[in-house]
Amino acid sequence: MKILMLGWELPPHNSGGLGVACLHLSESLAKYGADIDFVVPYEAEHHLKGVNVLSALHIDPLFRYGGSAYESKLIEEKRFKNVKTKELMSIRDVQHTYCEFVERYLMEFKPDLVHAHDWLTYEAGILAKKNFGVPLVAHVHATEFDRGGANGGNPLIHEIEYQGLITADKILAVSQATKNIIVEKYGIPADKIDVVYNGFEAPQDLYKYDSSSYQYLESLKKKGYTVVSTVGRFTLQKGLFHFMRAAARAIKLHPKMIFLFAGDGEQKEDLMRMSADLGISRNVIFTGFIRGKQLRDIYSISDVFVMSSVSEPFGLTALEAAHHGNALVITKQSGVGEVLRSIVQYDFWDEDKLAGALVNIAESPALINTLRDGIKREYGRISWDDVAKKCISVYDEVNKHKRNRF
Amino acid sequence: MRSIVLYLHMHQPYRLKHYSIFSVGHDHDYWTEKDWYAGTNNERIFKKVADKSYRPMLAILEKCLNNYPGFKVSLSITGTFIEQAQFWAPDVIETLQRICKTGRVEIVAETYYHSLAFFFDKQEFEEQVVKHQKIIKELFGVDTQVFRNTELSYNDDLAKWADDFGMKGLLAEGWDKVLEWRSPNFVYRPAGCKNTRLLLKNYRLSDDIAFRFSDKHWKEWPLTVEKYQSWLEAATLNGPLINLFMDFETFGENIWEDTGIFKFFEHLVYSWLKDENNNFLTVSEACDSDEPKAELSMPWTVTWADTERDLSAWLGNSMQHEAMQAVYGMKQDVLESEDAHMLEDWRRLQTSDHPYYMCTKYFNDGDVHAYFSPYDSPYDAFLYYMNALRDMRERLDEIAEKKKATSKEVETDN
Repeated sequence: MKILMLGWELPPHNSGGLGVACLHLSESLAKYGADIDFVVPYEAEHHLKGVNVLSALHIDPLFRYGGSAYESKLIEEKRFKNVKTKELMSIRDVQHTYCEFVERYLMEFKPDLVHAHDWLTYEAGILAKKNFGVPLVAHVHATEFDRGGANGGNPLIHEIEYQGLITADKILAVSQATKNIIVEKYGIPADKIDVVYNGFEAPQDLYKYDSSSYQYLESLKKKGYTVVSTVGRFTLQKGLFHFMRAAARAIKLHPKMIFLFAGDGEQKEDLMRMSADLGISRNVIFTGFIRGKQLRDIYSISDVFVMSSVSEPFGLTALEAAHHGNALVITKQSGVGEVLRSIVQYDFWDEDKLAGALVNIAESPALINTLRDGIKREYGRISWDDVAKKCISVYDEVNKHKRNRF
Repeated sequence: MRSIVLYLHMHQPYRLKHYSIFSVGHDHDYWTEKDWYAGTNNERIFKKVADKSYRPMLAILEKCLNNYPGFKVSLSITGTFIEQAQFWAPDVIETLQRICKTGRVEIVAETYYHSLAFFFDKQEFEEQVVKHQKIIKELFGVDTQVFRNTELSYNDDLAKWADDFGMKGLLAEGWDKVLEWRSPNFVYRPAGCKNTRLLLKNYRLSDDIAFRFSDKHWKEWPLTVEKYQSWLEAATLNGPLINLFMDFETFGENIWEDTGIFKFFEHLVYSWLKDENNNFLTVSEACDSDEPKAELSMPWTVTWADTERDLSAWLGNSMQHEAMQAVYGMKQDVLESEDAHMLEDWRRLQTSDHPYYMCTKYFNDGDVHAYFSPYDSPYDAFLYYMNALRDMRERLDEIAEKKKATSKEVETDN
């Protein structure tokens, strides 16, 4: 079966979980015999097992989002006086060129199906279906409602997302929570949407935690401190203000706690100010954006991982943290909680419960050990191969319907 | 004679409310959930189960006692059940008092708080047994003589305790791994005991009602009285006593009225007694009915729970152990506080339902529905429990300090 996979990023040129999911899903699908052409909007070397990666644009991976999600070319022009305006692209320009590439591709090749990942590629997916009659599977890793909070979000993105979802023959949502949003906010019939949880691939490499990486933290741990971490973009979606206030409440009851905020984003300065206002800046560490070994060292040194998201379609970082031996505290609004049992869950606004859980975990070896041991047995069962199998059955179903139609 | 020994267990725990760590130090009420619909609202749950099970089933028992002189039943009623019934369904207590007067209802002894105290503190355990005997005597005017430990947990040590304490008999699970080729239908003598006797639950025939009656995938569904009675009669070929032990809530709460469970029960009593070779016995009558067939030893603890028939649902993970160690570790300070409120809260926290809510053992099978819990997760159960213990600790420290202060005053006065 030939699949045209439309994506926006693949590791190492990824900013989050989307790229990781696309990589593992494609490789597992290839293992089960799918012939995959994966389109990315930039030029870079990728080596995926059994997957062809095609570049739609001749740009550096850094510029794949253009200026921003808004059509901000004009602002950029004013900001950077000596930039050649022709070379400046907004994300809409990148998307248009991406669509043109897909169009040229489809004039030459006849894939059985198009599998498009998130709104960024939905226009290309719609084009494939409308102009070339190729069935479309839309994969939803996040909606604009997740990214923008309950009422916000970019209206243009909402529109593209809606068109993509309504045009698709089948929709794959990464969690029941995401499916609910698609049904409730976009009015898509529930039976058109299948929940396909992300898998998790424990890295098979020679990574070894090196305790000298974060000596300061190690020395605090020896003094009895508990290290609590979170990893992600510092945006509204992640609910970090609630987390920071809960941290302050927890520290009051149990002062030997250190909070690691790993990542970057528009809320970073607000968060730093907030930690100072709450009088806990000595207990809070901002690492900046980190990846690779540095990130894994953070996971390794951390005892408890908190996912404080207001709305998290899945939440791969939680599984990564679990793999490195963390106890997990996760909001009920995070999709990954649907497949895990050995976790403490709380509502994103319930600062008391989060703080209480952190204090209890810090003070009870039994609790942290039960959580750690339990999650270790659980996350390993969530495999990408199962995800691929489910995808293939969806492909078959979509293609069967297609044949029936003609 | 072929005898049914019917024994029903009545229990409600005091569930802990969602007790936040920020309540520690100022909110000392762990039991009153303000949200009526919360799973931890003890009043709502008691009233619900009273309507669905206690009242209708007691009415049927009373009717059977009035209509059939041969009908007898044994009940175990925990102290925490009695208290909650007195608050929220006093008529249930009145009905129980009425049927006790027939002389054909026996009350079984147990710990007042439905606790696992036997495994942690024998002295505390015995006090709870005595406290239970007292309230039963006070309310129902009867002496308890046969003992059941929480969750039917049993081992040789317990039997020795019961023998020394003067119990006529004990109830335990008739588990194949212990019985091997032997039948549960006889009276046994517990290993090393002189006077006390052992009755064993016929779990197949008990579970046919308690677990399988409403299961439409069961090949014997629907279970008719005729079919079930033929099984009972066939079983008596192995021995005269059919020990049917189950939760009282089987009738109406676990198995709903619309399955026909009440009618089934009523008809079974009638149909069984129609044959003059059949009768019912209370547990102490059963103990006296025959000389013990053999001596039986259970060095390891056996319960009536799960396929493992052990305590792993209560003491299977480190949270449960830590919680129990913490609560029993407080004993000395609680007693020294000489504070009745403290003592009561401490004992309510010993109820076995608390560690049960912390059970994680089925997580690996994905079989999460096997456990009932008013909390979102076993971790939540642990959090609220430990928060309550934290508050207990603060109260104890406060009381101790006050005492110190007053004793100093006394000294300076002298």
